[in-house]
Amino acid sequence: MLVKDLVEKFDLAVTGGKSGLDREVTEGYCGDLLSEVMGNAPAGCAWMTVQGHQNIVAVAVLREMAAIVITGGQIPDAETIQKADQEGIPILQWPDSSFSLAGRLFSAGVGNPASE
Amino acid sequence: MLATLPGLTENDNLPLINARPARITAPSENFKHMSQLKKSFHIKSRDFIRAGEASINIQNLLKSMDFDPSLIRRVAICGYESEMNVVMHGGDGTLSIEVDSDRLILEITDDGPGIEDIDLAMQAGYSTANDDHREMGFGAGMGLPNMKKNSDRIQVDSKKDDGTLVRMIFFIPEKGETD
Repeated sequence: MLVKDLVEKFDLAVTGGKSGLDREVTEGYCGDLLSEVMGNAPAGCAWMTVQGHQNIVAVAVLREMAAIVITGGQIPDAETIQKADQEGIPILQWPDSSFSLAGRLFSAGVGNPASE
Repeated sequence: MLATLPGLTENDNLPLINARPARITAPSENFKHMSQLKKSFHIKSRDFIRAGEASINIQNLLKSMDFDPSLIRRVAICGYESEMNVVMHGGDGTLSIEVDSDRLILEITDDGPGIEDIDLAMQAGYSTANDDHREMGFGAGMGLPNMKKNSDRIQVDSKKDDGTLVRMIFFIPEKGETD
Protein backbone atom coordinates (compact mmCIF):
# COMPACT_ATOMS: atom_id res chain seq x y z
CA MET A 1 0.00 0.00 0.00
CA LEU A 2 1.29 3.46 -0.85
CA VAL A 3 1.03 6.44 1.50
CA LYS A 4 -1.48 8.06 -0.85
CA ASP A 5 -3.67 4.92 -0.70
CA LEU A 6 -3.57 5.14 3.08
CA VAL A 7 -4.58 8.80 2.94
CA GLU A 8 -7.52 8.02 0.70
CA LYS A 9 -8.69 4.90 2.52
CA PHE A 10 -8.70 6.45 5.99
CA ASP A 11 -9.39 10.04 5.04
CA LEU A 12 -6.17 11.34 6.60
CA ALA A 13 -5.22 15.00 6.34
CA VAL A 14 -1.89 15.63 4.58
CA THR A 15 -0.08 18.57 6.15
CA GLY A 16 3.45 18.15 4.82
CA GLY A 17 5.93 16.16 2.76
CA LYS A 18 3.56 15.71 -0.16
CA SER A 19 6.42 14.68 -2.47
CA GLY A 20 6.65 11.43 -0.47
CA LEU A 21 3.08 10.25 -1.03
CA ASP A 22 4.26 7.50 -3.36
CA ARG A 23 6.34 5.84 -0.63
CA GLU A 24 5.35 2.28 0.16
CA VAL A 25 3.92 1.46 3.59
CA THR A 26 4.91 -2.04 4.66
CA GLU A 27 4.60 -1.77 8.45
CA GLY A 28 3.06 0.27 11.25
CA TYR A 29 4.57 1.53 14.48
CA CYS A 30 3.19 3.41 17.49
CA GLY A 31 5.41 5.32 19.90
CA ASP A 32 5.96 8.70 21.51
CA LEU A 33 9.36 8.17 23.13
CA LEU A 34 11.80 9.12 20.40
CA SER A 35 14.70 6.91 21.50
CA GLU A 36 12.40 3.93 21.73
CA VAL A 37 11.09 4.60 18.23
CA MET A 38 14.61 5.26 16.95
CA GLY A 39 15.75 1.93 18.31
CA ASN A 40 12.85 -0.24 17.21
CA ALA A 41 10.68 1.18 14.41
CA PRO A 42 10.88 -0.83 11.18
CA ALA A 43 11.84 0.70 7.84
CA GLY A 44 8.85 1.44 5.61
CA CYS A 45 6.47 1.97 8.53
CA ALA A 46 3.69 4.46 9.06
CA TRP A 47 4.65 5.90 12.45
CA MET A 48 1.77 6.94 14.68
CA THR A 49 2.69 9.45 17.37
CA VAL A 50 1.27 12.36 19.34
CA GLN A 51 4.58 14.22 19.01
CA GLY A 52 4.38 17.11 16.55
CA HIS A 53 7.75 18.84 17.02
CA GLN A 54 10.41 18.99 14.31
CA ASN A 55 12.66 16.24 15.71
CA ILE A 56 10.21 13.57 14.56
CA VAL A 57 11.23 14.22 10.95
CA ALA A 58 14.89 13.31 11.54
CA VAL A 59 13.76 10.09 13.26
CA ALA A 60 11.56 9.22 10.27
CA VAL A 61 14.35 9.94 7.76
CA LEU A 62 16.96 7.97 9.68
CA ARG A 63 14.63 4.99 10.16
CA GLU A 64 13.57 5.23 6.49
CA MET A 65 9.91 5.39 7.41
CA ALA A 66 7.13 5.76 4.85
CA ALA A 67 5.18 8.45 6.72
CA ILE A 68 4.43 10.04 10.09
CA VAL A 69 0.84 10.08 11.29
CA ILE A 70 0.21 12.59 14.06
CA THR A 71 -2.64 11.19 16.09
CA GLY A 72 -4.95 12.28 18.87
CA GLY A 73 -5.83 15.50 17.11
CA GLN A 74 -2.35 16.92 17.81
CA ILE A 75 -1.07 19.53 15.40
CA PRO A 76 2.44 19.54 13.91
CA ASP A 77 4.62 22.62 14.43
CA ALA A 78 5.25 24.85 11.41
CA GLU A 79 8.96 23.86 11.52
CA THR A 80 7.97 20.18 11.40
CA ILE A 81 6.01 20.73 8.20
CA GLN A 82 8.87 22.71 6.68
CA LYS A 83 11.37 19.94 7.50
CA ALA A 84 9.02 17.25 6.22
CA ASP A 85 8.68 19.15 2.93
CA GLN A 86 12.46 19.34 2.64
CA GLU A 87 12.92 15.63 3.32
CA GLY A 88 9.86 14.36 1.46
CA ILE A 89 8.42 12.61 4.53
CA PRO A 90 4.60 12.83 4.49
CA ILE A 91 3.03 14.26 7.65
CA LEU A 92 -0.52 12.98 8.04
CA GLN A 93 -3.08 13.72 10.71
CA TRP A 94 -5.63 11.47 12.36
CA PRO A 95 -8.12 12.91 14.86
CA ASP A 96 -8.50 9.81 17.01
CA SER A 97 -6.02 7.67 19.00
CA SER A 98 -2.99 5.80 17.63
CA PHE A 99 -4.70 2.59 18.75
CA SER A 100 -7.78 3.18 16.62
CA LEU A 101 -5.75 3.87 13.47
CA ALA A 102 -3.31 1.02 14.13
CA GLY A 103 -6.26 -1.39 14.30
CA ARG A 104 -7.57 -0.16 10.98
CA LEU A 105 -4.15 -0.40 9.32
CA PHE A 106 -3.64 -3.92 10.59
CA SER A 107 -7.08 -4.97 9.37
CA ALA A 108 -6.23 -3.48 5.98
CA GLY A 109 -3.17 -5.73 5.83
CA VAL A 110 -0.38 -3.33 6.89
CA GLY A 111 2.17 -5.30 8.92
CA ASN A 112 -0.29 -8.18 9.16
CA PRO A 113 1.36 -11.50 8.26
CA ALA A 114 -2.04 -13.17 7.82
CA SER A 115 -2.81 -10.95 4.84
CA GLU A 116 0.32 -11.87 2.90
CA MET B 1 41.64 10.49 29.01
CA LEU B 2 41.79 8.32 25.91
CA ALA B 3 41.64 10.85 23.15
CA THR B 4 42.73 8.62 20.31
CA LEU B 5 43.08 4.94 19.71
CA PRO B 6 45.51 4.61 16.81
CA GLY B 7 45.81 1.23 15.17
CA LEU B 8 42.96 -0.30 17.15
CA THR B 9 42.35 -3.97 16.46
CA GLU B 10 39.85 -6.41 17.89
CA ASN B 11 42.57 -7.99 20.02
CA ASP B 12 43.77 -4.84 21.67
CA ASN B 13 43.25 -4.80 25.37
CA LEU B 14 41.44 -1.49 25.57
CA PRO B 15 38.76 -0.33 27.95
CA LEU B 16 36.02 -0.99 25.44
CA ILE B 17 32.65 -2.41 26.24
CA ASN B 18 31.84 -5.36 24.02
CA ALA B 19 28.44 -4.47 22.72
CA ARG B 20 28.15 -7.24 20.17
CA PRO B 21 30.08 -10.41 19.45
CA ALA B 22 33.29 -9.69 17.58
CA ARG B 23 32.85 -10.35 13.91
CA ILE B 24 36.01 -9.35 12.15
CA THR B 25 36.07 -9.96 8.45
CA ALA B 26 38.42 -9.23 5.63
CA PRO B 27 37.56 -6.09 3.64
CA SER B 28 35.14 -6.81 0.83
CA GLU B 29 36.19 -6.32 -2.79
CA ASN B 30 34.38 -2.99 -2.83
CA PHE B 31 36.49 -1.46 -0.10
CA LYS B 32 39.88 -3.07 -0.52
CA HIS B 33 41.25 -0.12 -2.40
CA MET B 34 39.29 2.61 -0.71
CA SER B 35 41.38 5.32 0.79
CA GLN B 36 40.45 6.36 4.31
CA LEU B 37 37.85 9.07 4.59
CA LYS B 38 36.82 11.16 7.54
CA LYS B 39 34.04 13.73 7.80
CA SER B 40 33.15 15.85 10.79
CA PHE B 41 30.03 17.82 11.67
CA HIS B 42 29.63 20.54 14.27
CA ILE B 43 26.81 19.91 16.77
CA LYS B 44 25.46 22.88 18.61
CA SER B 45 24.18 22.56 22.14
CA ARG B 46 20.40 23.12 22.54
CA ASP B 47 19.90 23.44 18.78
CA PHE B 48 16.82 21.23 18.46
CA ILE B 49 16.09 22.71 15.05
CA ARG B 50 19.16 21.20 13.37
CA ALA B 51 19.38 18.09 15.56
CA GLY B 52 19.63 14.99 13.42
CA GLU B 53 20.98 16.72 10.32
CA ALA B 54 24.55 15.48 10.81
CA SER B 55 23.28 11.90 11.09
CA ILE B 56 21.17 12.31 7.96
CA ASN B 57 24.30 13.57 6.15
CA ILE B 58 26.26 10.56 7.39
CA GLN B 59 23.44 8.23 6.34
CA ASN B 60 23.45 9.74 2.84
CA LEU B 61 27.24 9.52 2.62
CA LEU B 62 27.23 5.82 3.56
CA LYS B 63 24.37 5.12 1.14
CA SER B 64 26.33 6.78 -1.67
CA MET B 65 29.21 4.43 -0.81
CA ASP B 66 26.91 1.43 -1.14
CA PHE B 67 27.32 0.03 2.36
CA ASP B 68 25.04 -2.69 3.69
CA PRO B 69 21.63 -1.13 4.60
CA SER B 70 21.50 -2.74 8.04
CA LEU B 71 24.98 -1.40 8.82
CA ILE B 72 23.88 2.08 7.72
CA ARG B 73 20.77 1.81 9.90
CA ARG B 74 22.87 0.96 12.96
CA VAL B 75 25.26 3.85 12.33
CA ALA B 76 22.29 6.20 11.81
CA ILE B 77 20.73 5.22 15.16
CA CYS B 78 24.03 5.76 16.96
CA GLY B 79 24.60 9.08 15.19
CA TYR B 80 21.17 10.38 16.12
CA GLU B 81 21.48 9.34 19.76
CA SER B 82 24.93 10.95 19.88
CA GLU B 83 23.60 14.20 18.47
CA MET B 84 20.66 14.29 20.85
CA ASN B 85 22.92 13.67 23.85
CA VAL B 86 24.99 16.70 22.89
CA VAL B 87 21.97 18.87 22.04
CA MET B 88 20.29 18.06 25.36
CA HIS B 89 23.16 17.62 27.80
CA GLY B 90 26.48 18.62 26.26
CA GLY B 91 28.20 21.80 25.34
CA ASP B 92 28.96 22.16 21.64
CA GLY B 93 30.39 19.05 20.06
CA THR B 94 31.64 17.29 16.96
CA LEU B 95 30.25 14.15 15.33
CA SER B 96 32.63 12.43 12.93
CA ILE B 97 32.52 9.37 10.71
CA GLU B 98 35.64 7.62 9.57
CA VAL B 99 35.59 4.98 6.85
CA ASP B 100 38.37 2.45 7.04
CA SER B 101 38.98 -0.69 5.01
CA ASP B 102 37.16 -3.02 7.39
CA ARG B 103 35.30 -0.75 9.81
CA LEU B 104 33.40 2.47 10.30
CA ILE B 105 34.25 4.63 13.27
CA LEU B 106 31.68 7.05 14.62
CA GLU B 107 32.89 9.47 17.23
CA ILE B 108 31.17 12.17 19.24
CA THR B 109 33.02 14.60 21.44
CA ASP B 110 31.65 17.52 23.40
CA ASP B 111 32.81 20.08 25.89
CA GLY B 112 29.75 19.70 28.08
CA PRO B 113 29.42 18.86 31.77
CA GLY B 114 30.63 15.28 31.39
CA ILE B 115 29.11 12.09 32.78
CA GLU B 116 29.57 11.61 36.50
CA ASP B 117 28.80 7.88 36.60
CA ILE B 118 29.30 6.13 33.23
CA ASP B 119 28.03 2.74 34.46
CA LEU B 120 24.79 4.36 35.57
CA ALA B 121 24.45 6.30 32.30
CA MET B 122 24.81 3.04 30.34
CA GLN B 123 21.82 1.55 32.15
CA ALA B 124 18.57 1.51 30.18
CA GLY B 125 16.04 3.83 31.74
CA TYR B 126 18.51 6.10 33.52
CA SER B 127 18.22 9.69 32.33
CA THR B 128 19.16 13.18 33.40
CA ALA B 129 16.76 14.82 30.93
CA ASN B 130 14.67 17.70 32.20
CA ASP B 131 10.89 18.12 31.96
CA ASP B 132 11.08 20.03 28.65
CA HIS B 133 13.07 17.19 27.06
CA ARG B 134 10.63 14.61 28.38
CA GLU B 135 7.68 16.53 27.02
CA MET B 136 9.27 16.22 23.56
CA GLY B 137 9.57 12.46 23.94
CA PHE B 138 13.25 12.41 24.93
CA GLY B 139 14.66 11.26 28.24
CA ALA B 140 13.66 7.60 28.00
CA GLY B 141 17.17 6.71 29.16
CA MET B 142 17.82 4.77 25.98
CA GLY B 143 20.45 6.94 24.29
CA LEU B 144 23.68 5.28 25.38
CA PRO B 145 22.05 1.80 25.64
CA ASN B 146 20.86 2.17 22.01
CA MET B 147 24.39 3.18 20.99
CA LYS B 148 25.84 0.17 22.79
CA LYS B 149 23.28 -2.19 21.28
CA ASN B 150 23.84 -1.00 17.72
CA SER B 151 27.63 -0.74 17.60
CA ASP B 152 30.19 -3.55 17.60
CA ARG B 153 32.41 -1.75 20.09
CA ILE B 154 31.78 1.30 22.21
CA GLN B 155 34.14 3.35 24.32
CA VAL B 156 32.77 6.04 26.63
CA ASP B 157 35.30 8.35 28.15
CA SER B 158 34.14 11.16 30.36
CA LYS B 159 34.43 12.73 33.74
CA LYS B 160 32.54 15.46 35.51
CA ASP B 161 33.18 18.94 34.09
CA ASP B 162 35.55 17.57 31.47
CA GLY B 163 33.46 16.78 28.40
CA THR B 164 32.63 13.41 26.88
CA LEU B 165 34.02 11.24 24.10
CA VAL B 166 32.06 8.30 22.75
CA ARG B 167 33.68 6.21 20.07
CA MET B 168 31.75 3.47 18.30
CA ILE B 169 33.15 0.92 15.88
CA PHE B 170 31.12 -0.97 13.28
CA PHE B 171 32.81 -3.82 11.45
CA ILE B 172 31.98 -3.92 7.77
CA PRO B 173 30.33 -7.23 6.94
CA GLU B 174 31.63 -9.18 4.00
CA LYS B 175 29.44 -9.13 0.92
CA GLY B 176 26.49 -11.46 1.38
CA GLU B 177 26.92 -11.56 5.16
CA THR B 178 23.89 -10.25 7.02
CA ASP B 179 23.14 -9.48 10.63
